[in-house]
Amino acid sequence: MSAGPNAGANPRAPTLARVDGNNFYVSCERVFRPSLVGRPVVVLSNNDGCAIARSNEAKALGIRMGQPWFQCQEMVQQHGLVALSANFALYGDMSDRMMTVAESFAPRQEVYSIDESFLDFDGVQGDLTQRCRTMREQILAWLGIPCCVGLGPTKTLAKLANHIAKTAERKPGSYSPELAQVCHLGALGTNELHALFEATAVGEVWGVGPRIGAKLIDGGITTVLDLVRMDAATVRRHFSVVLEKTVRELQGVPCIELDDEPAPKQQIMCSRSFGEAVTRGRDLAEALTEFTSRAAVKLRAQQGAAGAVHVFIRTSPFRKDDPQYANSVTVPLVQPTADTASLVHSALRGLRQIYRPGFRYAKAGVMLVDLQPQEVAQAAFDFDGPALGASRTSSEPKAADRVKLMTAFDAVNQRFGRGSLQLAGAGGVNKKKGWGMRQERRTPCYTTSWAELPIARA
Amino acid sequence: MYSLDKILRPDQGAPVPVIAVDPAWAQRTLATVQCGFPSPAEDHAMERVDLNKVLIKHPQATFLMRVRGDSMREAGIDDGDVVLVDRAIKAAHGHVVVAVVDGEFTVKRLWQRGSNVKLQPANPTYSDILPRDGQTLEVWGVVTTAIKAMRV
Repeated sequence: MSAGPNAGANPRAPTLARVDGNNFYVSCERVFRPSLVGRPVVVLSNNDGCAIARSNEAKALGIRMGQPWFQCQEMVQQHGLVALSANFALYGDMSDRMMTVAESFAPRQEVYSIDESFLDFDGVQGDLTQRCRTMREQILAWLGIPCCVGLGPTKTLAKLANHIAKTAERKPGSYSPELAQVCHLGALGTNELHALFEATAVGEVWGVGPRIGAKLIDGGITTVLDLVRMDAATVRRHFSVVLEKTVRELQGVPCIELDDEPAPKQQIMCSRSFGEAVTRGRDLAEALTEFTSRAAVKLRAQQGAAGAVHVFIRTSPFRKDDPQYANSVTVPLVQPTADTASLVHSALRGLRQIYRPGFRYAKAGVMLVDLQPQEVAQAAFDFDGPALGASRTSSEPKAADRVKLMTAFDAVNQRFGRGSLQLAGAGGVNKKKGWGMRQERRTPCYTTSWAELPIARA
Repeated sequence: MYSLDKILRPDQGAPVPVIAVDPAWAQRTLATVQCGFPSPAEDHAMERVDLNKVLIKHPQATFLMRVRGDSMREAGIDDGDVVLVDRAIKAAHGHVVVAVVDGEFTVKRLWQRGSNVKLQPANPTYSDILPRDGQTLEVWGVVTTAIKAMRV
């Protein structure tokens, strides 16, 4: 019945789902501190600097993403606001649990960030909306984490569907209540779809940043529908190839590959499913080294430094005959860094902790978390040479990347060869600022430390 | 999948003291259950018993908690024990559960008849916990195993 030229129309188009946890860090905290349910809660960045996650109640108080903590402090007295230091060990473990549950619902998954992944339902029969509702229920029941799921034939549409699913849940009246929690744009008729597009501001589209958004609005393009109706060639001429891709994606034509995705601000992820199962620790180390190096390049491109490295490895849940193993660990850095060698070193330390021989590993990944702006006094940056700080316009990153890769491989050789003391020291040459010291309001590592298990009264 | 249910709970339903499993003993016992007399040809297929595999059916849904207090003593759960809590299991009458009471976790036995629900301690010096008017009783997860460390 939906035979129009747009999103849901093409029955042969793939269906992708975008799954993410609602207010993920806050939700993780609430699983182990049920008394926080219903209260305004924020999670603060390192050094308790600013809000990096907010409960719906905190959003309702007007607390913005990234708002400095000192500006919110009076709300503790007035509104019972609870502020917590980020607990990345907890979030990393809960993320791993959530991702592996989601993964079992689709043949292919791309983990995008600590709480976001894309599922590819290629070849899956049946009602995908129902399948995603079941998945959402299972994640909620098993982990206590509420999620929203958006489905569509392209990543941009799946992301938009996810936004609609979230907004419909959080702000009743904004969209039809049937779209709350799980929204499948591909299952809608053209009229319904266009009505949704019309009700959604153009700035909500993935890839439309504030600057382009303002320019579009200036030109009279205010809703998603306006954007969808633009001619792709015109978009390319007046804006960019990137926005043209976005428009085509909104029109239901997949054209965003994994590497084209805009980097998320709060974490940087790099992971891959292996073509052939990997069994040797050395090969995993090599893969993780490459992933970490790639993530480090992105980190520097956004002038950031990471406070911790999250590493995961897993077997394939679809090879039922193989013994199954999945594990992850979050390794804190002594000092936040963007230095490839330090990041690789930490990633490999994490790998050593979780690697078990005798399994056929299908997937591994690295996520840089606890991101923050680079400090002026950041050490150990020289090996990047002139590429650092230069605007990333031309093809110059190529050479720089190779240098970084070489450095990273040196780190592996040292790590697995002689056990390198220099590298261990590299992260923390000047300041001795401990991980724990920066986190005065951190909750216990409920799921990763024997000494900090949650208490059940009897 | 091995099951330790028979070993850990010979008498389903009634409160049973929990047995701490000596891995070597468990390996002998389970190897017997699994294979009878293993032939040398099968040796390479043998894997050491892994308690994680035996005790944790739903790894993503299983959490560990430390028990404080003695209200579950007669169910074999003592102060200081670690319990495995599986959120994938739907709580039913008779299960030992972790419930949320006044924002805190508590271990009790779930009593459920129709729409009547309460939490029962396993120690006569404690009284039942009943949901107050308008309150729903929130079960966080089902306790599947208690781990008790012996003094050595």
